[in-house]
Amino acid sequence: MKILVCISHVPDTTSKINFVDDDRAFDKNGVQFIINPNDEFGLTRAVWFQQKEQAEVTVITVGEASCEPTLRKCLAIGANRAFRINLNPTDGFQVAQQLSAHCKEENYDLIIAGRESIDYNGAMVPGMLSAHMGYNFVTNCIGLEIEGSTAKAKREIDGGIESISCELPLVIGAQKGLVEEKDLIIPNMRGIMQARQKSLTVLPPVDSQIKSTISKFEKPAPRGAVKMVDSDQIDQLIDLLHNEAKVI
Amino acid sequence: MGILIYAESENGKFKKCALELASYGRAIANQLGVELIAASFNHSEYQTLGTYGVERVIQISDPKLEKFTAERYAANLASVVKENGVKLVLLSSSANAKYLAPLLAVSISAGYASNVVGLPESMDPLSIKRSCFTNKAFNTCVLDNELNIISLSNNSFGLKEEPKEIISETKSDVSSETNFVLEKVERASGQITIADAEIVVSGGRGLKGPENWHLIEDLASTLGAATACSKPVSDMGWRPHSEHVGQTGKPVASNLYIAIGVSGAIQHLAGINSSKVKLVINIDPEAPFFKAADYGVVGDAFEVVPELIEKLKAFKNS
Ligand SMILES: Cc1cc2nc3c(=O)[nH]c(=O)nc-3n(C[C@H](O)[C@H](O)[C@H](O)COP(=O)(O)OP(=O)(O)OC[C@H]3O[C@@H](n4cnc5c(N)ncnc54)[C@H](O)[C@@H]3O)c2cc1C
Repeated sequence: MKILVCISHVPDTTSKINFVDDDRAFDKNGVQFIINPNDEFGLTRAVWFQQKEQAEVTVITVGEASCEPTLRKCLAIGANRAFRINLNPTDGFQVAQQLSAHCKEENYDLIIAGRESIDYNGAMVPGMLSAHMGYNFVTNCIGLEIEGSTAKAKREIDGGIESISCELPLVIGAQKGLVEEKDLIIPNMRGIMQARQKSLTVLPPVDSQIKSTISKFEKPAPRGAVKMVDSDQIDQLIDLLHNEAKVI
Repeated sequence: MGILIYAESENGKFKKCALELASYGRAIANQLGVELIAASFNHSEYQTLGTYGVERVIQISDPKLEKFTAERYAANLASVVKENGVKLVLLSSSANAKYLAPLLAVSISAGYASNVVGLPESMDPLSIKRSCFTNKAFNTCVLDNELNIISLSNNSFGLKEEPKEIISETKSDVSSETNFVLEKVERASGQITIADAEIVVSGGRGLKGPENWHLIEDLASTLGAATACSKPVSDMGWRPHSEHVGQTGKPVASNLYIAIGVSGAIQHLAGINSSKVKLVINIDPEAPFFKAADYGVVGDAFEVVPELIEKLKAFKNS
């Protein structure tokens, strides 16, 4: 089985979000970058298939050379090889087109992407990629088993869980629950050393379209000060929630 | 040109997000002077949509569409778009709508923006504000295309009645056969989901253990609220993963978010930021959450919450 895991290189969850260039660009200054958490759940499941079922795991990102440490980390976690499509993408539409051009040459059985990234939260890439490829698609995926050419997947829905059966090839949008938090792999020294020897190939981008651009970023308006209510004044709290905030 | 909304229903009733979408669509249709159309699946009671400004509903019915599947629903919506000269498609932020959106976008070659938080800033080219960095920021997104899709963040526009004469048409299923089989849908009945809830009551590690969750559940049921939790609470198995809110869990955009025994870590705050009013109950006056709250009570949850439940019950009965 050939598995591709699409990796997004995103600011660490503790990052302070600031903008530069007249609020037209994200300020990367002093920001640590990590594997997008949803992608990491997917990568962990892929490495499980590699260890249990001899699957071959490839990771890919569409991004500039600054993304390479994130790909090396994926190799240290256990991926067999990595690709970087050398383009600083403008939108998710473009990312999906770049990825599909690569996938058409490789015929992966299973393509895993995070259900959304924690930076632009587009929730576009896995679905668009599946549509370009004509593959089955399950997003918000919280369970995946594969037997022969059949996949059994679970999808989290609002207030429940759906069980799905379909044929490979399949694209999934990974999220928490696909593997447990404790199963996430922290690379050890051996993994890190091996990762240096593994192949990381840079691919030129193909022609692609852009459907959206960002004209401006802004931060939420500063909020008013908190109103503290004494713990023996619960009646006053209820009054505030009812008459002032009008939420109960 | 027309505007199309995908009107989601459940158990024979339109969901609140469908009515919010109709209200939002009506406001844009008024600006542009165009028709507001709705597409719905296996649903016959359509008058409610008229109350919120829809002028025409296209009802697609087929036993194969009884349960939601993204591919089949997207294929039918694409066909509605093409047959009706639609230029703008509006979707909610439900799990299902966000599942089909990218499929629809590729099939009709449309631009797509998710997490949209308000009316367009301009129509030509279409420019909208959306949230990004998991609610830590916003960006203005320009969609300069023939056809575009917007998914509106739940609870960001609200319900606005503007009754219209509504006509109804039927359409048959156009989706093709696939090997994709929906084997089972398990749904807790009668439970309010985090996505649909007006009020969310959330518990953190300060509640000490799963045996104390009756406090959260009782408060939630008194308020008709959904229950949620912080990440470590779901990691430790005190509560199901589906309740984990925050940057790596579910986003919350309720009218009222009540956090009990939650410290207010940056990753937690990121996910719940777009809730309108936040009440924090925490024993530690220095808890970072107070800086992000509208109302705060310093106190022991095991004393404050039972009293709050009791007084709320009295308040509701009065
Ligand atoms: C990559 C990454 C992603 C993350 N994503 C998320 C996420 O999506 N969501 C999330 O929630 N977290 C997330 N976290 C974890 C986050 O950093 C915090 O660790 C977590 O939110 C803390 O949970 P908590 O507030 O329940 O627990 P704690 O931080 O332990 O806080 C417990 C609180 O309870 C209070 N308390 C104790 N006893 C009482 C009492 N008797 N009455 C009232 N109050 C009491 C304490 O004063 C304290 O403030 C993430 C972390 C990382 C590294």
